[in-house]
Amino acid sequence: METSRIQRQARPESMLINMGPSHPAMHGTIRIMLELDAERILNAEVEVGYLHRGFEKTCENKTWFNLLPYTDRLNYVSPLINNLGYAMTMEKMLGVAVPERAQLIRVLMSELSRVSDHLTCLAAMAMECGAFTVFLYMMKAREFLWDVIESTAGARMTTSYIRIGGVRADLHPGWRAAAAAAVAETRRVLKDVSGLLDKNSIFRGRTRGVGAISKAEALSFGWTGPCLRSTGVSYDVRKAHPYLVYDRLAFEVPTGESGDNFDRYLVRMREMEQSLRLVEQVAALLPDAPPLSAGEEVEPDEAILRSRRQRVEARVRLSPNLEGSEKGRLAGLMTADKPVGVPPKEDTYTTMEGLIGHFLFFMDGKGIRPPKGDVYFSVEGGNGEVGFYIVSDGTERPYRLHLRAPCFHVVAALEQLIRGRLIADVIPTFGSMNMIGGELDR
Amino acid sequence: MGKEALIEAIREKLGAAVEGVAESFGDPVLVIRPEAVRSVMAALREAPFDYAVLLDLTCVDYAAGEGRFELVYHLYSLSRNVRLRLKASVPAGDPSVASLVGLWKNADWLEREVFDMFGVRFEGHPDLRRLLTYEGFEGHPLRKSYPWRLAQPRIPMKDKV
Repeated sequence: METSRIQRQARPESMLINMGPSHPAMHGTIRIMLELDAERILNAEVEVGYLHRGFEKTCENKTWFNLLPYTDRLNYVSPLINNLGYAMTMEKMLGVAVPERAQLIRVLMSELSRVSDHLTCLAAMAMECGAFTVFLYMMKAREFLWDVIESTAGARMTTSYIRIGGVRADLHPGWRAAAAAAVAETRRVLKDVSGLLDKNSIFRGRTRGVGAISKAEALSFGWTGPCLRSTGVSYDVRKAHPYLVYDRLAFEVPTGESGDNFDRYLVRMREMEQSLRLVEQVAALLPDAPPLSAGEEVEPDEAILRSRRQRVEARVRLSPNLEGSEKGRLAGLMTADKPVGVPPKEDTYTTMEGLIGHFLFFMDGKGIRPPKGDVYFSVEGGNGEVGFYIVSDGTERPYRLHLRAPCFHVVAALEQLIRGRLIADVIPTFGSMNMIGGELDR
Repeated sequence: MGKEALIEAIREKLGAAVEGVAESFGDPVLVIRPEAVRSVMAALREAPFDYAVLLDLTCVDYAAGEGRFELVYHLYSLSRNVRLRLKASVPAGDPSVASLVGLWKNADWLEREVFDMFGVRFEGHPDLRRLLTYEGFEGHPLRKSYPWRLAQPRIPMKDKV
């Protein structure tokens, strides 16, 4: 059997050692093979693919609507941004415009996800450097953010909330207070963490000047997102190719200088502050959900019973897990240009046309069918540019779907960044990259 | 440089290497000859085009009807803030194209992934091995001829490193 490159090239007197695939100081399954001279790393080889689940192949075998939940599982720390990337790529191909309210909700959800993504990355990075308090503080803040997401989307991580053409349901009635609490809590945690780490000599010693990369190198590796910005390149998809309503909102793109681990930490800290600013702006712009029409309200079973004799005029109460997707609310949440969203449940269960509409959406060979052609679209994810390249042959399934995963390009540089350094430097360098197995291995 | 002016400038500079120009949902697409991939990329990386970033590289399998694999490159120019998609078709019988290792550093892993998933060989790649699957994996999973959920044979334990 063929041996790895590092085994073939290693000098006989040096020591070969594995870090991972399962290692306590590494989040995610990845194998780093090291050639060592005592603690000095002479050479390294990174092996990825332990979480390869055939995402792209699976998508080719699912309908355009069906494959959305698979996108949750790419970057599983900010699933809403993956949903958004896929949905917007499809919207570009279908040529539909999304209502203003849905766009604002999408920005709100994206920014909450971005903060939780950065919190997770820095929490893990700090913990691996020994700062366990920081880990606990940041995880606590993340809970408040996820409360907002959970009350609206019904799930914390596998949300599938942002749909092609809009969003699944309106925000939870209590979202405003929950978001305000999350912003306040996160700000407090950021202040505490800043106090704990910014001037901490242990943390600085392990991150300042470690894992440094130049601007040119970072671009050559195709870096995007906070990692690229830490080298001083101010590239952010939200500014460079504005989507949703980002061009109307005020936010800055923080950059670093030296592209080392500490700068990657700082850029993420400052970006969270900007994201919280965006959450506040969106909250101010987003009006409360319009009240549902007054008048008689009937339970679903009663409505079905009545519908056997005549059309149900009364408003049907939906089950709690469909809350927010009432028929009267969909106009602000889902595009009306083309039938790309699930038809209202009230109609499906009480009218013949509604039921036909439901089947025409879900049946094999029906449903969403974009025109032939290929399209690329990207959004700014937690790790950088999340791009979807989709080829459609005009049928109900994608001919080819490819994800441009931001951390693929970042992790590709790991071998080079740790070469010549000490074993202990692998930990903060790897931590600051925010490797996410789901999107890296697909 | 506007979209049309850019395409004109590229055509002038690269001449015969450009097979055609297309547009797909508003994005410019350049179809190039497979044997010219490396020289085209090298030229586009420099001024005045300045496509400094290899954003993405992937492949699409058209083997069934058209007998070809299509390599799809996405370039990004930071200074001009524009993206460009390039496509090159290689015959499905013996798919092979020049490697971009040496021009961009991420080409190493991107090409390994395409080799792994499609079996396209990249001439001049220093270490063309599978990336996401493993040594001993049979077939190339993203080819259309590879059935979804095909079981793989068991492989022996790896040697201890």
